[in-house]
Amino acid sequence: MAQKKQKTSISERKKEVLASLEGFGTSIYDQLDLGHFPSTVMPSRSTENIHYDQQLRQFILGERKVRRSARNIRHLRPFTQLTWAALFSNELASQRKTSTLRDVYYSAQAYEMTFKDQQESNNIITDLETILGFSREDFNIFPEERSAIFGNLTIEYTVPGYEGRTMNLTSHPDGVMIGPALTSAEFVKTTADKVIAIEKGGLFTRFIEENVHNKYNALLVLTAGQAPRATRHFIRRLSSELNLPVYIFTDGDPWGMHIAMVIISGSANAAHLRELNTPDAKWSGVWATDIVNYKLPTDPLDEVDMKRLYELQKDPRYKEDPLWQREIKTFMKIRKKAEQEAFSRYGLTYIVDEYLPAKLEETK
Amino acid sequence: MAQATFEEISAADFFYRNRDIAGFTNPSRAIFAAVRELVENSLDAAESLKILPNIYVRLSYEGEASKETQIYKLRVEDNGIGIPPRHIPSAFGQVLFGSKYKLKQQRGTFGLGGKMAVLYGQITTHQPAYITSSTAAMSKIYMYKLMIDIQRNRPLILDRKVLINKEQWRGTIVEFCLEGDYLRAMPKLLDYFKQTAMVNPYANLTFVDPKGRLYKFTRITEEMPNPPTETKPHPYGVDVELLQRLIQITPHKNMLDFLKSHFLRVGEVTAQKFLESSNVSPSRNPKRLSHEEIVRLMHMLKRYKEFLPPDASCLSPLGEELLKAGMMKELKPEFVAVHQHKPATYAGHPFIVEVGIAYGGEIPKRGSFLVYRFANRIPLLYDEASDVTVRVITAMNWRRYKVSPDMPIAILTHICSTKVPYKTVGKEFIGDRPEVRREIANGLREVARQIQHFMSKREHVDRERKRLGVFSKYLPKIAQFSTKLAGKEKLPDIEKLLVSVKKYGAEETED
Repeated sequence: MAQKKQKTSISERKKEVLASLEGFGTSIYDQLDLGHFPSTVMPSRSTENIHYDQQLRQFILGERKVRRSARNIRHLRPFTQLTWAALFSNELASQRKTSTLRDVYYSAQAYEMTFKDQQESNNIITDLETILGFSREDFNIFPEERSAIFGNLTIEYTVPGYEGRTMNLTSHPDGVMIGPALTSAEFVKTTADKVIAIEKGGLFTRFIEENVHNKYNALLVLTAGQAPRATRHFIRRLSSELNLPVYIFTDGDPWGMHIAMVIISGSANAAHLRELNTPDAKWSGVWATDIVNYKLPTDPLDEVDMKRLYELQKDPRYKEDPLWQREIKTFMKIRKKAEQEAFSRYGLTYIVDEYLPAKLEETK
Repeated sequence: MAQATFEEISAADFFYRNRDIAGFTNPSRAIFAAVRELVENSLDAAESLKILPNIYVRLSYEGEASKETQIYKLRVEDNGIGIPPRHIPSAFGQVLFGSKYKLKQQRGTFGLGGKMAVLYGQITTHQPAYITSSTAAMSKIYMYKLMIDIQRNRPLILDRKVLINKEQWRGTIVEFCLEGDYLRAMPKLLDYFKQTAMVNPYANLTFVDPKGRLYKFTRITEEMPNPPTETKPHPYGVDVELLQRLIQITPHKNMLDFLKSHFLRVGEVTAQKFLESSNVSPSRNPKRLSHEEIVRLMHMLKRYKEFLPPDASCLSPLGEELLKAGMMKELKPEFVAVHQHKPATYAGHPFIVEVGIAYGGEIPKRGSFLVYRFANRIPLLYDEASDVTVRVITAMNWRRYKVSPDMPIAILTHICSTKVPYKTVGKEFIGDRPEVRREIANGLREVARQIQHFMSKREHVDRERKRLGVFSKYLPKIAQFSTKLAGKEKLPDIEKLLVSVKKYGAEETED
């Protein structure tokens, strides 16, 4: 039974974030005070500057830097927005309040700092992430939550009003939403020895009903499609802090495959960030070869699916493990895809009783 | 067999029957035409002696004429040279009598204007006209009460008074009644005064309308253009009729002297060379030329390439200074560019084109350029679309000059000539002659370049202002946010930065 690893991981990180925001403010303040136009340097996020790092097993930004200077009239507005975003994040983080990207867009108006549109304010937040190396969730800016977790893990809240309170994640049969309160919670203890991530809500519910968490001693995570960044970071913490292996179950198509890949190796969009990926996680199914082996009912791959396969074939992340190339080729050969629900042709519990243990063993 | 009847009609009778030709088409046009003809006579009367014109026009309501028309009394007073008493009856009571049949740049050219107005008044109201005048030299003022004997084209003097001119008054007053429609005429009439004031910035114009409203256009300069001088015809501009008249009046007994003394730019050498090339003996008596020979002579004159072009010394353009002053005064724009083009000729007639362009200020935005057209200092108010100026404006690529029709822009063209190339008898628009078109186009390009320069400069200043605005909007915010974020109390001093932006901005045109 794993004990909690880093008692202070959450509060430490909060401190770092606050210090980093304040440092950014001080740097601008000092430059102004010395009579200079303030400027800041950050890695370029242009596609030419995004590289795949074999060691980190994720995309990272290269050497190229861009300078944002208040001296340049075209930079002036974004620079001001950036300073404001840092101030806003600082207020959120220090007052322990959370907010969304949409909130950011509207809050700016109170400071007579308008954003042209949501995209502009999103970009500024991404700039801030790039400069400080923290993700927006660290600044307490969260996306809409839709993913959930269920299983025997006890957590301890750190959010205001709940500090010190603990909860076991089996307490609600629908699972617990992976929101700000959960992602900022410390892990206290767990009996689980693995994490199973599931793409779809239907199957997640089935697994809970079928007692998978007990039968296989697992924490069940619902990614609800492409996993949000907070969830990806949470899975990484489960893996690294609790030392649990992670198995990912998705639909048997290029899109499901890529959901698993982003959990494992991250995305190009988040190349400026670290600790969102779980390199040791495994894609356990549904594979193209499973479609063949289990004789699953299928749909044909359409043109868009095929195009996606060709793209993925060239993606550096898919060259890490021969499994990926094999599955891509198989998909291309059979030109078929299958959903997780396809196992129902063998009865509702077949997937839990037969398929799951087989795949857990296979991808161990 | 039908009996054809032939009768001679007098000039007055002719114009009585064809009053459309002179612009008296309908009741509203008639009011406009009457005022305009008399005002222009008055301006000419003052300018010919370089007197600063003071012109007073009053139109007063006298009664109903029909459902749509009324009777008005028109009174026009000027401080011009006045009319010698013996000419007064003919000057206003005899059509086609006048001082305007010489080759000279003048506002009217038919010698019809004033008389036509009086004639029209008489036809519509059956009342006499009152003319009062005194010249500078005279110690008396002469008043005539006149009507026109239309069939005979003769003035009928109904009354004549002579007053002592104690105050040394000089000028002419014309007063008569006419039928018209002032309400309809009003917009054009006010346009007319405004535009007349624009190209006569040295004149005082006062207009009192039938409702008693006073419109005053005050002179802003005492500078006047030199009055036009009389000139001889240029060989390229002659016709058979003119040749015959010259031959009739000439005292000269040989072709050489005849050519030398009656034509513009023809001297001893030119005359000799011309006669030689056209096979006419220099000693030939012009009075002995047959009709066929005169026709041939006219063709030879037109065809001969060596005549120097007519010089424009006889013309009286407004001049760039006055044009600019007039546009500033009446349009109150933000910017004016004017240009006087060098003299040119068409068919033996010299002409000068003056153009102006004005931007902003009180000029309204209309989605198209405001166009003001003038010929010999009179505004042309009708048939704008047919005018060569408008055609040239439409054909020009204004975008090249950073100008578009949705900007508040007024364009003015003034053509002065001994013979303005009007397209119609109505004298409302200038015909599209290639020589004229070219001069107008060149002139417009010149002022367009000037406005382009102005626009660029303005754009630059605008951009600078915007630039400074951006800095002074955002730098204080950066200071405020970073102070709070850094947990400091005192705002950093950004004044120096804002000052440096100004210098920086002045050097850098593009960022």
